[in-house]
Amino acid sequence: MAEAATATRGHAEGETRRDFIYLAAAGMGVVGAGAVAWPFISFMNPSADVLALSTTEVDLKPVQEGMSITVTWRGKPVFVRKRTKAEIDTAAATKLSDLPDPQADAARAKKPEWLILVGVCTHLGCVPLGQKTADPKGEYGGWFCPCHGSHYDTSGRIRKGPAPKNLEVPPYAFLDDTTIRIG
Amino acid sequence: MAAPAFKNGLVRWIDHRLPVFSFLHHELHDYPSPKNLSYWWNFGSLAGIVLVIMIVTGVFLAMHYTPHTAYAFDSVERIMRDVNYGWLIRYIHMNGASFFFIIVYIHIFRGMYYGSYKAPRELLWILGVVILLLMMATAFMGYVLPWGQMSFWGATVITNLFSAIPLVGDAIVTWLWGGFSVDNPTLNRFYSLHYLLPFLIVAVVMLHMVALHRFGSGNPLGIDVKGPQDSIPFHPYYTAKDAFGAGVFFIAFAGVVFFSPNLFGEPDNYIPANPLVTPPHIVPEWYFLPYYAILRAIPDKLLGVIAMFGSIFVLFLLPWLDTARVRSAKFRPTYRKFFWVLVVDCIVLGYVGANPPEGWFILVGRIATAYYFFHFLILLPVLGLIERPLPLPQSISAPVLKPAEGKA
Repeated sequence: MAEAATATRGHAEGETRRDFIYLAAAGMGVVGAGAVAWPFISFMNPSADVLALSTTEVDLKPVQEGMSITVTWRGKPVFVRKRTKAEIDTAAATKLSDLPDPQADAARAKKPEWLILVGVCTHLGCVPLGQKTADPKGEYGGWFCPCHGSHYDTSGRIRKGPAPKNLEVPPYAFLDDTTIRIG
Repeated sequence: MAAPAFKNGLVRWIDHRLPVFSFLHHELHDYPSPKNLSYWWNFGSLAGIVLVIMIVTGVFLAMHYTPHTAYAFDSVERIMRDVNYGWLIRYIHMNGASFFFIIVYIHIFRGMYYGSYKAPRELLWILGVVILLLMMATAFMGYVLPWGQMSFWGATVITNLFSAIPLVGDAIVTWLWGGFSVDNPTLNRFYSLHYLLPFLIVAVVMLHMVALHRFGSGNPLGIDVKGPQDSIPFHPYYTAKDAFGAGVFFIAFAGVVFFSPNLFGEPDNYIPANPLVTPPHIVPEWYFLPYYAILRAIPDKLLGVIAMFGSIFVLFLLPWLDTARVRSAKFRPTYRKFFWVLVVDCIVLGYVGANPPEGWFILVGRIATAYYFFHFLILLPVLGLIERPLPLPQSISAPVLKPAEGKA
């Protein structure tokens, strides 16, 4: 490159400078186009009022053992389940090698009896069944997604079907023994 | 191009300054079309007619529709019950979408049977695939607008397809939604884009026409027009034939609009959207069922999504995947059989897509998906090399004129 420039010095010098101007102008053009495009791209991301609605508080007092409730957080259903002893034991006893997305039950619940999950199938976003007593709970006694047939266990972990990941555990904190804040 | 002598003075005056009349004369009257086009060649102009119907009815529906999660469903019901002829305009728009896809699918299969995608019409074909993709995006977003259960969950499942992209998938889905779930921002942007995309389709259709008029229509024999004895002017011959076909089409269309307007619809979409309850069996509109079956045939999320998009992108490569020199399946006895196998395969995929992914549907779906890709990626390149085509006629008019000459 440098050699070529030296070899053609003189006559071609103006052309080299012109090339530089072309490249610099095109480069600035790209930067400018990006600067203009960014507000439009960002425009479509969640707005401040949507972000402001990102916590939900839940009173756990009315929830009995073996019972589930569904609350809304960020427009999505969140499953809150007070698990039975048998469910906790089954979840804890499951070998990690049996899981497509290995995760210990203890890592998914801050208090073993309270399981808090985003009730959105990790495949394509349907709401799995299993919150109501009469619902099908799948082959592993947890939740079952009717859309494409994913089975979740009593820890909300994927066991069978097309979903790649376990049901997501949202960020939450116990404000006191019977109240949690999700988000 | 000799400028035609128009009789009307005003037309002459305008045409001298703005040659629209010469242009139309050139593209319609001078435009030589093969004289042997069958009724399978009606579907292009028919698709254009339906596109215009969709835009006109859509613009009118927009005058009474409210794009807000709290009002959308009710505003559509108001159109159906209270707005003068609202039921008619909406049913035309709703069923027009289905008929648009019926017409376009026939148009595409016609192109496949007669090798319409082969040189020099590769770009014509590719522009057609672009139109198909734009139509699919438009139809999908339009289906979301009534904000029924199927609208909501269809939107959720389809936008979630993008979450399969590694690393940035979730960020992209949040960006598409404008929130953390399908909600009001999603509905608003879908409405905006549903209004925009049809005009992009019009633009690509124009390019499709420019590419078409470069070499003219193909024809059932798949051989080039050799001279004036092989062609007739598009107008009045094919305008008349297209108009007749359009008449037949309108009988069928009106039959559905007036007597069975919910034939293609899902009853669940007359339930207002509920973000907390997924209907037990969600299915897309019928025209997406084969792709849906391909998506579900593959047990891996990312690969399923790739296969589904791949099933359309493979069409972009079709002009190069098919190695045969002979265009028309009429002279390709083996390809002709496999063509019909592909048609049946697509219908099977649609049938599987309409049913829950259980039992033997899973196996059939996988076999049909495998066959779909086998047809394009393996069969077509190999068959073109080993198949022995039948002898081609010398010209379009030769097979017709010869017997007559023999008699003389």
